[in-house]
Amino acid sequence: MGPEPATAHHAAAHDADHEELGFWWKYVFSTDHKTIGIQYAVTGLLFLLFGFSLMMLMRWQLAYPGRALPLIGALLGEARMPGGLMLPEFYNELGAMHGTIMVFLGVVPLAVGGFGNFVLPLQIGAPDMAFPRINMASYWSYFVGGVVMLASFFVPGGAAQSGWTSYAPLSNIAGSGQSWWLFGMVFLITSSLLGSINFIVTTIQLRAPGLSYFRLPFFVWSQLVTSFLLLLAFPPLEAAAFLQLMDRHAGTSFFMPSGLVVSGQVLEVTGGGNPLLWQHLFWFLAHPEVYVLILPALGIVAEIVANNTRKPLFGYRSMVYSVIFLGFMSFIVWAHHMFITGMGTTMATFFQTTTMIISIPSIVVLTALILSLWGGSIRFTTPMLFALGFLPMFGIGGLTGLPLGLAATDVHLHDTYYVIGHFHYVVAPGTIFGLFAGVYYWFPKATGRAMNEALGKLHFWGSLVFMNVIFMPFFIMGLAGVSRRLYDGGASYAHAQHVLQWNVVSSVGAWCLGLAQIPFIVNFFWSAFRGRRVGANPWEATTLEWAAPSPPPHGNFPQLPRAHRGPYEYSVPGASRDYLPQWEPRGA
Amino acid sequence: MDIPYTVAARPDTGLNNGKIAIWLFLASEVMLFGALFASYVMLRVGAPEWPAGATYLNVPLATLNTVVLISSSVTMVLAWASLVKRNFSRFRLFLGITILCGLVFLVIKYFEYSAKFHHGYLPATNTFLAIYFTLTGLHGLHVIGGMAVNSWLWGPGSAMWRTDPAHFTNRVENAGLFWHLVDLVWIFLFPVLYLL
Repeated sequence: MGPEPATAHHAAAHDADHEELGFWWKYVFSTDHKTIGIQYAVTGLLFLLFGFSLMMLMRWQLAYPGRALPLIGALLGEARMPGGLMLPEFYNELGAMHGTIMVFLGVVPLAVGGFGNFVLPLQIGAPDMAFPRINMASYWSYFVGGVVMLASFFVPGGAAQSGWTSYAPLSNIAGSGQSWWLFGMVFLITSSLLGSINFIVTTIQLRAPGLSYFRLPFFVWSQLVTSFLLLLAFPPLEAAAFLQLMDRHAGTSFFMPSGLVVSGQVLEVTGGGNPLLWQHLFWFLAHPEVYVLILPALGIVAEIVANNTRKPLFGYRSMVYSVIFLGFMSFIVWAHHMFITGMGTTMATFFQTTTMIISIPSIVVLTALILSLWGGSIRFTTPMLFALGFLPMFGIGGLTGLPLGLAATDVHLHDTYYVIGHFHYVVAPGTIFGLFAGVYYWFPKATGRAMNEALGKLHFWGSLVFMNVIFMPFFIMGLAGVSRRLYDGGASYAHAQHVLQWNVVSSVGAWCLGLAQIPFIVNFFWSAFRGRRVGANPWEATTLEWAAPSPPPHGNFPQLPRAHRGPYEYSVPGASRDYLPQWEPRGA
Repeated sequence: MDIPYTVAARPDTGLNNGKIAIWLFLASEVMLFGALFASYVMLRVGAPEWPAGATYLNVPLATLNTVVLISSSVTMVLAWASLVKRNFSRFRLFLGITILCGLVFLVIKYFEYSAKFHHGYLPATNTFLAIYFTLTGLHGLHVIGGMAVNSWLWGPGSAMWRTDPAHFTNRVENAGLFWHLVDLVWIFLFPVLYLL
């Protein structure tokens, strides 16, 4: 099962081996891109649930500061919640790890590792990824990174407490959990490096005959651009992690200014470092990372919109050019996260200009998706509902970002709940809706069984309502000036008193959102074993993954397919059916 | 199941899978060291004073190391060229010299480091030494990594020469590309840390 079978007769021998693979080699240490994709997706979903649970816990403290949490509070022990009351240190751990887990262990592994691995080789008509063993190494590196992050909750002093951004010098002087965070990140960066190289090579080299670049499904384009972002943006964070590890363990002062006073005492360090250096290195990764979070979801939504409106995407080419431009621009907007750090107005002007420019391709893609609905005969399936929910939610997230991208308005809004509202509209009802849509859409391909529509719709409406109940109040609180980092949710601040009730609304929304996921969890497992059996192409779709059997065997296609046309030939005038698959030679 | 284009080039791209992968990997390495060089610039610009490299560092030894590493890049190319000419014993000779040069580089580096420690010059002494130890340390890890790959290709990995010579030649070429990057990083490190 090597990535580079030496000769043809070796390859034949390998095929025979696969018939006799035991459980461990088939499902745990597999090199098959579909198994690895499912491993990534399930691990990612579990981390999403775990990261969300951390937040549900925090929401109690924010809604009812100083009130003991019944039952669960006692379970978490005296070191974290004495008498059911959350300690500030534990609150900080939850906050930092919620962000880290959701972004690096939940959404990216699900969106890129999960969907990218499972769908991309099928959509380009490839038998597997270009480097199957590197693919496996990528998953296991991610897994180890996840274990390190989880283990950090149990080290003395607990997990990282300096926010998901780990701003120095706070993170430099934090407890040992921060070092675990940095080591965990090194594993995650290695994982995404291996994965992104694999995706790019696979897309360039393993496209089926006839599948030219402008016949690629939009999802493949979004994954390709995402992979370039991961490849080139993550190394600077790795550099930053090395520098911070040196600061923490070798006594250097890369991020430590001279004369820093902590708890009334001047720290004994050599000094001369620059705290802003950490922010530059971090945001050089973390702004492209935002596009890593959103682009795969846009790709998924584009597939589902074309399939369920039964018409070609509006402006496919401009969408492709837009994501390429977006990927390029995302490398030169990072300092819009740093307007109030005192980096100077010239820098601020540059970065607010690039930020306004990068909003254009995002709007082009979103507009193209909305215009694609025009005149379509829309099928309101569960994946389509999530895709339709994605469009306005991502729209709200994107448009509320504009005041943050302009230096003058950002001064007021920076570090308030408004930022949290903006970001979560992009990623929670935005990206995560896109990912849910993808789960419902490709589940039949992965398992050969469809998910239940009634439970799916229950899941969608519950999620849509409660996502908004959680995040809409954040804008109100943010505009009132409530800071995002308050342990008591603002209760001790006079200017926050008239908006405090929104904390309770938001918290109740979060817990209800948790309940709204139960239909999904039930549906996921029930459908995997008891769902309605489906054929190769249950959605009557056009792209190549639907030419393979459901579930596809090892090697994917009985015969490697050939692409004869573009990806979205729906409702072609004169054709006998309303879809012309890419793999069919003639318009039937 | 066979992954296409592991050895032969895909006609429309003109490249095999491994070649694209190694160049992408090198691009990410450039971003890694690029970030560290950028950090160096930012720290140096922000510092009230910055020592000349020669105050702490041994320029003659580093010059010798530069010669050693550049020579190893030349022998690396010769090793690959020998394979292209189907001369396996010369390949072994040149790759062996390459590995040996890497070892000499590390030994010299070891003497440099221990002289620093002996004088009490540690990463914690000042920001210049901090960035010096970080950059050269990370570069040293890359040298060790490159030597590990080369040693494997010299020893057990070379069995592939008998079963699939074209594939093996590609592997040596890709290992060589990485080795050149390790060399190139040093060519930037040497003037930046020792001379400027």
